[in-house]
Amino acid sequence: MGRVIVITSGKGGVGKTTSVANLGTGLAMLGRRVVMVDADIGLRNLDVVLGLENRIVYDLVDVAEGNCRMRQALIKDKRYDHLFLLPAAQTKDKSAVTPEQMRQICRELAEEFDYVLVDSPAGIEQGFRNAIAGAQEAIIVTTPEVAAVRDADRIIGLLDSFGLRQPKLVLNRIRPDMVRKGDMMDIEDVVEILAIPILGVIPDDEAIIISTNRGEPAVLDQSCRAGLAYRNIVRRLEGEEVPLMNLQEAQGLLALVKRLVGMGGR
Amino acid sequence: MFDFLSRYKYNEREGHSKDVAKERLQLVLIHDRTSVTPELLNVLREEIMAVIERYMEIDYQGLEIAVERSTGRRAALVANVPIRRVKTGQK
Repeated sequence: MGRVIVITSGKGGVGKTTSVANLGTGLAMLGRRVVMVDADIGLRNLDVVLGLENRIVYDLVDVAEGNCRMRQALIKDKRYDHLFLLPAAQTKDKSAVTPEQMRQICRELAEEFDYVLVDSPAGIEQGFRNAIAGAQEAIIVTTPEVAAVRDADRIIGLLDSFGLRQPKLVLNRIRPDMVRKGDMMDIEDVVEILAIPILGVIPDDEAIIISTNRGEPAVLDQSCRAGLAYRNIVRRLEGEEVPLMNLQEAQGLLALVKRLVGMGGR
Repeated sequence: MFDFLSRYKYNEREGHSKDVAKERLQLVLIHDRTSVTPELLNVLREEIMAVIERYMEIDYQGLEIAVERSTGRRAALVANVPIRRVKTGQK
């Protein structure tokens, strides 16, 4: 049986879908059989982030309603033949699927894949409840901002009440220059507040926007800092001990030189 | 070493903005997590005081009862009850 992991956040726009695309692709790079499930019904996005939007025929709701077989709905990735996407329906709403149907779908997928990554919608309503229904583990994505951290805390409490204890934290879009100036909460601050184990830190990186524009996850790009951060998380998911990325280095040589000659960051 | 750079936006009175963020978050999360309403806290305060007053005279000026942050994700009910004097002849 594979691992069913839900990626969630509470607040929207903190990088859930990007994280699912990168972690899924990263696990596939290591040879794992992976399926990514887009549980954000009505606001389908994982397909475009992965560059698979032109291949969708059936979706999650079709599988739930029995309009097609699972095999027909799964879309094979362009790069890896053991990486698949189960897309969300775009024309239905969150109530088109029940938690019981999601549990059944996750169970079926876990029989065939090493990892089932569920991309949760923002919010705490039914879409969220569906997304977590079939999961045994949870990853919480947040950014170092008050609203995102507050929502993450709420989600931690809710996950606990649904029996998903000890979720792991991914802190996204850290800006080392702002952390250094005392204008952004650091890893230790957020971990102290949320009091859950940290799985990884992703530096804020323009390469993420560029890779999303192209529909090619940044994790594939060996020269990209955020991609490296995702590759590190993948290795930790696989049980390897990998130290957290040194964010002061994450800025590159130019920034370091500027800092040394006293020009400072922005 | 280049601390003078960070002084730019550092506000002497308010401190670093991330410390303000952290403090505000910790405060708001205590209430988010415990859902202890001010009304509940008031009732609790009165009942606790009624018990203590049977044995002690309390200085109401310095009295503090609040839900505060404890270890990890736990909250703690913290009470600071200054005593004026212990009532004698009480069992």
